[in-house]
Amino acid sequence: MSSWDWQVYCRDTVSGEQVAGCFAAAPDQTYLQWMLHAWGWTITVSLGGLAVALVVGSIIGVLRTLPNSPGWVRFGNAWVEFFRNIPLLVQIFIWYYVVPDLVPGADSVSPTLLVIAGLGLFTSARVAEQLRSGIQTLPKGQRYAGMALGFTTAQYYRYVLLPMAYRIILPPLTSESMNIFKNSAVAFAVSIPELTQFYLQAGEETGAQSEIFLGVLAVYILSAMLVNRVMSFIERRLRVPGMVAPTAGAGGH
Amino acid sequence: MNLDLSFFSWDIFKAFALKGLYYSLFLTAVATAGGIIFGTLLALMRLSGRKLLDYPAAFYVNGMRSAPLVMVILGFYLLVPKLIGRPIGAEFSAIITFIAFEATYFSEIMRAGIQSIPRGQFYAGQALGMSYAQQMKLVVLPQAFRNMLPVLLTQTIILFQDTSLVYAIGAYDMLKGLETAGKNYGRVKEAYLVAAPLYFVICFTLSAAVKRLHKKIAIIR
Repeated sequence: MSSWDWQVYCRDTVSGEQVAGCFAAAPDQTYLQWMLHAWGWTITVSLGGLAVALVVGSIIGVLRTLPNSPGWVRFGNAWVEFFRNIPLLVQIFIWYYVVPDLVPGADSVSPTLLVIAGLGLFTSARVAEQLRSGIQTLPKGQRYAGMALGFTTAQYYRYVLLPMAYRIILPPLTSESMNIFKNSAVAFAVSIPELTQFYLQAGEETGAQSEIFLGVLAVYILSAMLVNRVMSFIERRLRVPGMVAPTAGAGGH
Repeated sequence: MNLDLSFFSWDIFKAFALKGLYYSLFLTAVATAGGIIFGTLLALMRLSGRKLLDYPAAFYVNGMRSAPLVMVILGFYLLVPKLIGRPIGAEFSAIITFIAFEATYFSEIMRAGIQSIPRGQFYAGQALGMSYAQQMKLVVLPQAFRNMLPVLLTQTIILFQDTSLVYAIGAYDMLKGLETAGKNYGRVKEAYLVAAPLYFVICFTLSAAVKRLHKKIAIIR
């Protein structure tokens, strides 16, 4: 590696010529534009997956703490163990290759949606686990107070337990949101044109492996930082005065 | 509905996937051992209180932790041959990558472990005339290690799942072995369906064992 060739980002992807200003006109695109496009895919898959994970994870997390419903608790626990103990890559393969065969109607669903479902359900297990521990961290009296006020189960979850539990788990949710951006890289294996896929293709096309690698890495780090900023903004806005949230665990990815 | 799992038998598993399973387990073991050793060193650098040691370690750890593992695996495999001028095997490349990558995760665990040891333990070591290295080696690290053992093992299970990502560079792990078997019999989709329960059984058994161990060794305070 004798010298860096950062000009590669301003090259046209078809003709290979340098484009002034790094942005080519409509039908053509430079490698920089291609990378931004790929970033868009990474963001789409990640945010889509995050949405699925938050919705499903919340439902499962609540099910696991329901009083007097051992059936639902067992279902929730099984859900978490199931999605947590199979590698993400295998889950993505199953969503992409097997589900369209197995589930009627799923073969007309776009691959992107299948990958989003895979990434989302994988992450839902982690969200569910966090929400469960968040709810169980709350003093039992909070639940009883809700009952004493005549709230139904749904009501005391909605108005008493969940508002506090979500605040408690915001720090681990932050790292989970950053994880999902990293985990979305696995989507390259099923040909989603996201950043890792861009790195493989553009790196090979241009021969500028190192430059493209560092560029893509920088975009991943930037994404993680952006997510972190957004989450800490949310955390500040929602903070209850005098309440300290526990810190996130050190392991994971 | 044209899935047919009947092609899969113990003979097929032995012929194609067993070698891969051994590699997956070997990669897990080596990356765990190497990761813990280098991770502990990184943690000690970060806690040394010397900027010259702390900053490079922090840069390395935070850099690695913000990159997706697949990218690191691919990057190492594609970039290192350009640096050293000759190709390296996918299996060997994955081993180096996993040690380098997992060391950063283990370092965060060990850092938390060391920080969980009360200051009094250091002072007790000092009072006995121990050097900093002795305090660490004889007093702090054994306790930190014991406190963190369940977390370290949980990370190892995650690591085992992550070994499937060597798929990206074509290294022959369990997933690749099953896929190869599937390709030979025209049943790739079924191979993925077989891979899922195999990984599940291994990981679920291990995490149950970790839970049991956690109960056994937890220090009552």
